[in-house]
Amino acid sequence: MTDTTFTQATARGWLRSQSRWSPFEIIFWLALLLPFFLFPTYLPLASQIAIAALFALSVDLILGYAGIITLGHAMFFGLGAYCAALLGKAGWGEPISGLLLSGLFAGIIGFIASFIIVRVQHLALLMITLGLGLLTQELANALTWLTGGTDGLRIPRTWPIFNYFRFDLWGYTGYGYTLAVLFICFLLSRRIVNSSFGLALRGVRENIKRMPAIGSAYQSHQQKIYAISAAMAGMAGALLAQTTSTVTLEVLSFNRSADVVVMLILGGTGRLYGAIVGAIIFLIARDQLAGVNPQYWYFWIGLLLMVVVLFMPKGILGFVSRLAGRRD
Amino acid sequence: MAETKPIVLQTEALTKNFGALQVTRSVSLKLPHGCRHALIGPNGAGKTTLINLITGQLKPDSGRIILDGNDITDAPVAARVRKGLTRTFQINTLFPDLTPLEAVTLAVCERQKVTGQFWRGLSAQQEAIDEAYDILEKLKLGDVATRTTRTLAYGRQRLLEIALALATRPKVLLLDEPAAGVPKDESQMLFSVISSLPEDMSILFIEHDMDIVFRFASRIVVLVAGGLLVEDTPDAVRSDERVREVYLGQAHHG
Amino acid sequence: MSSLIIILFDGFAFGMLLFVLSVGLSVTLGLMNFINLAHGAFGMLGGYVAVTVMRQLGFPFLLALPTAFLAAAIVSVIFERLLFRRLYGATELNQVLFTIGVVFVASAVATYFFGTVQQVLILPEWLRGSVELFGMRFGVYRIFLIVISLIVTGVLVFGLERTRLGAQIRAAVDNQRAAKGLGLDVEKIFGITFALGSGLAGLGGALAVEIVGLDPSFGFHFLVYVLIVVSVGGLGSITGSFVGAALLGIGDVAGKYFWPEIGSFLIYMLMVAILFVRPLGLFGKR
Repeated sequence: MTDTTFTQATARGWLRSQSRWSPFEIIFWLALLLPFFLFPTYLPLASQIAIAALFALSVDLILGYAGIITLGHAMFFGLGAYCAALLGKAGWGEPISGLLLSGLFAGIIGFIASFIIVRVQHLALLMITLGLGLLTQELANALTWLTGGTDGLRIPRTWPIFNYFRFDLWGYTGYGYTLAVLFICFLLSRRIVNSSFGLALRGVRENIKRMPAIGSAYQSHQQKIYAISAAMAGMAGALLAQTTSTVTLEVLSFNRSADVVVMLILGGTGRLYGAIVGAIIFLIARDQLAGVNPQYWYFWIGLLLMVVVLFMPKGILGFVSRLAGRRD
Repeated sequence: MAETKPIVLQTEALTKNFGALQVTRSVSLKLPHGCRHALIGPNGAGKTTLINLITGQLKPDSGRIILDGNDITDAPVAARVRKGLTRTFQINTLFPDLTPLEAVTLAVCERQKVTGQFWRGLSAQQEAIDEAYDILEKLKLGDVATRTTRTLAYGRQRLLEIALALATRPKVLLLDEPAAGVPKDESQMLFSVISSLPEDMSILFIEHDMDIVFRFASRIVVLVAGGLLVEDTPDAVRSDERVREVYLGQAHHG
Repeated sequence: MSSLIIILFDGFAFGMLLFVLSVGLSVTLGLMNFINLAHGAFGMLGGYVAVTVMRQLGFPFLLALPTAFLAAAIVSVIFERLLFRRLYGATELNQVLFTIGVVFVASAVATYFFGTVQQVLILPEWLRGSVELFGMRFGVYRIFLIVISLIVTGVLVFGLERTRLGAQIRAAVDNQRAAKGLGLDVEKIFGITFALGSGLAGLGGALAVEIVGLDPSFGFHFLVYVLIVVSVGGLGSITGSFVGAALLGIGDVAGKYFWPEIGSFLIYMLMVAILFVRPLGLFGKR
């Protein structure tokens, strides 16, 4: 059982293997291209899924990796969406710069908020994230001259990407664009969680009390990832604004904050792919079930939540990988 | 001879109250360079509290703590660790889902201040990984380096406690019952590992087993009811009447 | 001046309603560290029970109130025994998600039976209208609310300070391990506390129908208020809940009167500020 030839080189090799791409991952990403060919009528839904997946990915970075619970992350999603929308209204419809600016804006607000977030834990943390989310929504509601209040904002069509790919009615460009942004952000997240910084975040999640005793000023780690996560959530919001040409107060709502956590829990936290799988299942199920009767959608999602918490604490992906007998 | 060595860590009249209960009474302690001191005392003497005060988990009500001539009384825990003052815990305080290799690499990376580098893959931190592996190897944890911590045997987890502390390259290492809960034969092994640590490291350890204390300590500090009773060589402590009365006598009877 | 007094009065009455709705959660959270976001759903249950027994069975209002209390208490015990106790050792996130799931389901069930329309509760004649004092008109129902809440507060304080069960609850809140060591059956104490707390939520739900209406979103809507009261007041503290609820009630009514645009904004702002300075709440100890 004991490997007698275990050496430094083995140790290095093992750590490297932890971050290596598996064939499953490559197949997974290729499969995400299928809607272009198989379900072209569902491309707008596919864009919604990619946007939700990016949002869930941003939450996974703080919740799944750094152990920061949030019930108000729609705050950053909404800030990004309004930022992109206001840029569009002001006459700047270039998508990529708009996306980056929106992400930057949400990231800066996230960094400021992080000074509050890292100071509190438990119920106070839940309440502060919830409170920040709600007060942002109230503020947006009150600033009607800027946000359009309950009417929301309509924005002129976003300019073509690279001045070439027009946003078409069928959503080819929309899905291509959102999927590309999702993929790039995923690569970035993957890099982050496989870095020494990512290791430190896992340390925070595993045992926050031990971190100071190994010399870690872990609050700065938490602040950094919180800002990165906020920026990513902001970009998800910007994508929504750019592809749908509308923004309403709903982007800041508590429901959106709760839904994204539900998606993440469904898929499984702390494994990046959980965010994407959760978003796919959640939105497809909603699309199918809501057609029957929107009132009862929440019945099923509530039941699903209870079942997942009781029987699949590591989410659907965790459940599947346990069935497949793979190491978590 | 020992008196000529420079003092690395010093407490001055350290005092702590929990409500009306005085758990640490004006403790003044000096740890010279490269020392192997044992901290003993009956249950409830305030040994762990004293370590908590020195390493910053608790704030003293009065008194000072001086490390290398710098007052660190108000420094946060992490800052003290970075200055070379590290501890282990009586109850395993590990990272259950990380492997020993990951956990110790993390501690090394924190010391090297590279944990902020989110753009660099972990496997690029070669030096840190090699150092972490060397530490694990030295503590006979090399063969389980890539197994999840929660699956390790208890004795191995105690060793990992020490490995995590060593990764911070401490000048002063405070070991809070490193062999707590470990069978006697294994605890001998554990202490032989401890005694083989670099000589320039100053070590203070809490231990209940008197055989081990007399075998591994060069000096013994006796704490009773939160106050310093005696601080002397093992032989002197062994023959000290007061110690016999309050501590050894009690231990022999109970 | 007189409008200021009326606002204070209305706000206080609203606060007292919030107190009845939330005090149970404060005590159970302090006792078991179980974050039960379904607490508001028990309030909703109480509301629907009160409306139904009055409409279908012709119960008088004063009998509908204890019925609502009992119904919520009994249903909560079933939930606690069957489901919630599996989650006492779980992470906060799992507790939050599971109990949010319960709220979702409860809301859908309420929609199934009652639809999404606002429910109306016909008050007895003597609780309607208002009385005139010093030239100001005070709503009779609001006076009734304050009286009921003060009675509840009195019973709670007396119960906790003077009865055996109260002493056991206080011991368990202060130090669970020590309480277990003393041979107290903490689980049983918790079960009883949970039932009483949820029952109070049910009572609060029944009382709330006249003030804020009742529809399937009640559990959600009041969740935020209840959580603010609990977190700002401090876990396990009846005084804290009382002060927190009074502050929130007055703040809510005053905010919406003077600054209708940003009233809610100010409330959330204040909550974040208080929790930032005092993460354990105004009266929290741990």
